[in-house]
Amino acid sequence: MSHNKVVLASLQRACLIKELNAFISIAQPQDLSPSRSTDRLNGFTVAIKDNFCTTDFKTTCASQMLADYNPGYDASIVEKLRKEGAILFGKTNLDEFAMGSGTVDSLHGPTKNIWGSPLHYTIGGKERKSKPSWRIAGGSSGGSAVAVASGTCRIGIGSDTGGSTRNPASYCGVVGFKPTYSSVSRHGLIPLVNSMDVPGIITRTVDDAVLTYNVISGHDPKDSTTVEVSPVKLDDKFNLNKIKVGIPREYHCEGLSQEVLEVWKSIARILQEAGAKVSQMSMPHTSSSIACYSVLNQCEVASNMARYDGLRYGHRSSQCKSTHDLYASSRSEGLGLVVRGRILAGNFFLLQRNYSKYFEKAMKVRRLICEDFKRAWDEFDILLTPTTLSGAPELRQFAGLDNREQCVMNDYCTQPANMSGCPAISIPVALNKNELPLSLQLMSKNYDEETLLSVARIIEKYVSFPSIELVDT
Amino acid sequence: MPSVMLPKRFLSVKLLRKVKSFSTSANVMPKKKPKWRSVVGLEIHAQLNTKSKLFSGASTNFGSLVNDNVSLFDAATPGTLPVLNKKCVEQGVLTALALNCQVNNVSYFDRKHYFYADLPAGYQITQQRRPLAENGFLEFQVFAPAKKRFYYKTSRLKQIQLEQDSGKSLHDDNLKRSLIDLNRAGVPLMELVFEPDLSDGEEAASLVKELCLILTRLRTCSCRMEEGALRVDANISVHREGEPLGVRTEVKNLGSVRGVANSIDYEINRQIQELEGGRIIENETRGWDAVSSQTVPMRDKEVKLDYRFMPEPNLPPLRIDLSSSESDLICVEKLYSSLPELPSETRNRLKETYGLSPEMVNNLVNEDQLLSMFTEVLEAKTSRDPKIIAKILTIELMTLVNKELTSLSDVKWNPKILGEIIDFLQEDKINLTTAQFLLQEIANNNPNSPGEIVSKLGLAQISDSAALQELCSQIIKDNPKMVQQYRSGKTKLLSALLGVVAQKSGNRANMKQATQIMKDLLSS
Repeated sequence: MSHNKVVLASLQRACLIKELNAFISIAQPQDLSPSRSTDRLNGFTVAIKDNFCTTDFKTTCASQMLADYNPGYDASIVEKLRKEGAILFGKTNLDEFAMGSGTVDSLHGPTKNIWGSPLHYTIGGKERKSKPSWRIAGGSSGGSAVAVASGTCRIGIGSDTGGSTRNPASYCGVVGFKPTYSSVSRHGLIPLVNSMDVPGIITRTVDDAVLTYNVISGHDPKDSTTVEVSPVKLDDKFNLNKIKVGIPREYHCEGLSQEVLEVWKSIARILQEAGAKVSQMSMPHTSSSIACYSVLNQCEVASNMARYDGLRYGHRSSQCKSTHDLYASSRSEGLGLVVRGRILAGNFFLLQRNYSKYFEKAMKVRRLICEDFKRAWDEFDILLTPTTLSGAPELRQFAGLDNREQCVMNDYCTQPANMSGCPAISIPVALNKNELPLSLQLMSKNYDEETLLSVARIIEKYVSFPSIELVDT
Repeated sequence: MPSVMLPKRFLSVKLLRKVKSFSTSANVMPKKKPKWRSVVGLEIHAQLNTKSKLFSGASTNFGSLVNDNVSLFDAATPGTLPVLNKKCVEQGVLTALALNCQVNNVSYFDRKHYFYADLPAGYQITQQRRPLAENGFLEFQVFAPAKKRFYYKTSRLKQIQLEQDSGKSLHDDNLKRSLIDLNRAGVPLMELVFEPDLSDGEEAASLVKELCLILTRLRTCSCRMEEGALRVDANISVHREGEPLGVRTEVKNLGSVRGVANSIDYEINRQIQELEGGRIIENETRGWDAVSSQTVPMRDKEVKLDYRFMPEPNLPPLRIDLSSSESDLICVEKLYSSLPELPSETRNRLKETYGLSPEMVNNLVNEDQLLSMFTEVLEAKTSRDPKIIAKILTIELMTLVNKELTSLSDVKWNPKILGEIIDFLQEDKINLTTAQFLLQEIANNNPNSPGEIVSKLGLAQISDSAALQELCSQIIKDNPKMVQQYRSGKTKLLSALLGVVAQKSGNRANMKQATQIMKDLLSS
């Protein structure tokens, strides 16, 4: 397809899914410059989560605070994508400042899942049978996941701090890949938790994820935490004979649905039959991860959000009797309840008298979780777990929970990988009785993306997950 | 030192109790309270001498247009990350080595939070948990005016940490608005935290002066206090001898050496007055008002800030190579070998090699340009007398500089011209008065060389003893009254008579010879 045709097709799809509210900004066709045929991402449309800074679009973080914000620079990965010929198609919806797991807490309203929606679509070429109902896309990178699931964009860029890329990928039936912390630059990613944030990749296939990873990964002088990594090359002859797969007991947690448990078991069995050595194992500190994450997240949020004072950029209140008054009203007008709640808690945890009780303790727990992983990698190449506990919940039901409950439910399986920094991928493996995607997560040793993606591709081939196609009526 | 001090203090406390109980029971002797002691500790912020900021590529140039030296990071643009400037670390380590510190092989950066309009991110990146270097000391000379002599003092240096400077707020009271200049935001500072080892303003000023000499020598800080490149905070308390330390106040942002001395001495006296008046000292931050010469409370004292320190997650631990392994880390050993001669070493060398007096040594070391002139003039001709060179430079040339008749950076004061004058003096071809005259002429842009001036104006010294003899005899003849008074015991008049010699000879007479001849003639 020619460049123009690709863009046109994407624009048409974007129109069809308007109701899903995946995009915050979409490029004008005349702004999209053609790429060279030699570029690695020639003709690839990319949907970028609206917490990555871009010069072509405003960058809102789905917050009143940055509703009209133009940062004036491109994030490093945006630069890299552009350089390889990718078409920066639009910016996608998220929970405000990526604080959520449903893409429901957004200035622009919730993003809805294409699966189960009243939109006209086919699954694997057949008409859908299930009763339509609005379901969450997952989050916080819900917009990018929907953009890819709906076929509007070939690549979705998300960010992943506790599962924000894998979680919506899981609900939207697409591949969601969180690379090793430090292998992809965060420069230009508006931070949630600096020590855990990783740009995430959402695609329909593992191969596209590999291609995207090879473009955006590597050392960036503008992000001192990044290192040089070698590109991933998938070998078609790769087999599972030498691969040891661990099934961590603790991921069989409260609230895990029967349907996910079943696909988990069946994929484990399939891997074993394909030659892998599959065994149960233990990650004893898994259940502490959410509480620990909650403290570390809120502390970093409190710190990272301190810059939004309305002085240099962002929302500025008209109330300004004094500088401090201006701060207070700009921040309470510009930031949502969830964000303000986390700032408050984080500042409480960081008070001198509380520091050792909360922050320091959470850091110690984080180390224990990392040590669980270190021990695991002595024995195993891959850990196989659920991504989310079920198929996508209904929007109405989900919105009835508070933000904390939402995250506890959604991040349980994805969060530990962010603590240890290891790479993790969510791949769709089956549909449930409501014709909603069910996904599993694979994790591997830090920087061992190659094994992770190789195994993911084997599963992908085996399950041949049915693709969803929009029907233009 | 404290362990030696302790028994003494203990003793005096005991004594004090005895005296007290005696006086209360007997109720005769008036209470005699022990003397006041003052304790001073300094925290000094020195701007590192780099072209770009601590964590961004923006320029550190002083005097740029407002908000011109501001990168995206300096304005706390979301998504930007700090990237540590290697030069800052090297200069920090170099300074630490010169100040006898122990450099930490691993140090960390932390965020220190507070809301202020000129602190764009809402936090400052500093080194709280583990600084770059610790446990150093600085020895310096203090001039005791009462005794008119120098004494040595040492202050322990607790730590050196790297940190960002904040921006600058400008408040316009008339328009009721504040403006912010972020040029300084993110400028690299090293904070040097000294232990409270000082006892008054003069000691503090001397410490600052010596530190400036060292940092200037290392080229790690310009030490231009007028540009804010070096700022001093002083912690001050007073207590009665033998009693525990008093409540301290902090005088912040002192921007001149004299300000340091005056504010500290003022604050010590103020605290003593307060306590003697039965009032208490509050733990507060004060500023120095140079116009009214007093310290004044700073406005934001109402709440004690909790800085909510947190590790900076975007900067990996700073690792420094302490031995000389083959890594690309900053290497302490390499930096150590690049240390220049430090001011104290120069003083020793000048004293021991050339036998210069302490005053001359200090004058030379305190003025970098003077020291290099001294070295150049001497190296150009090693037979020159170092004492004569030092005297001409530190006294005669400096007199002109202090009168603002010339400047040391003027190209006129090259080793050739200075050397010529010094040679004439050393070879008795001219006397000191002529040397002074020559310096003045050159300062006044006389294009001729000293030799040409001497020959043109006939300034060569008269050292011919016959000629001097004749001159002196003539003066004795012309001033019978003075001669008579001299001979009857008023020997002071010798200098008056010699004054006439100088005058009559057009300041050319070799006064050393003339003095002897005059004395001989008068006593014959």
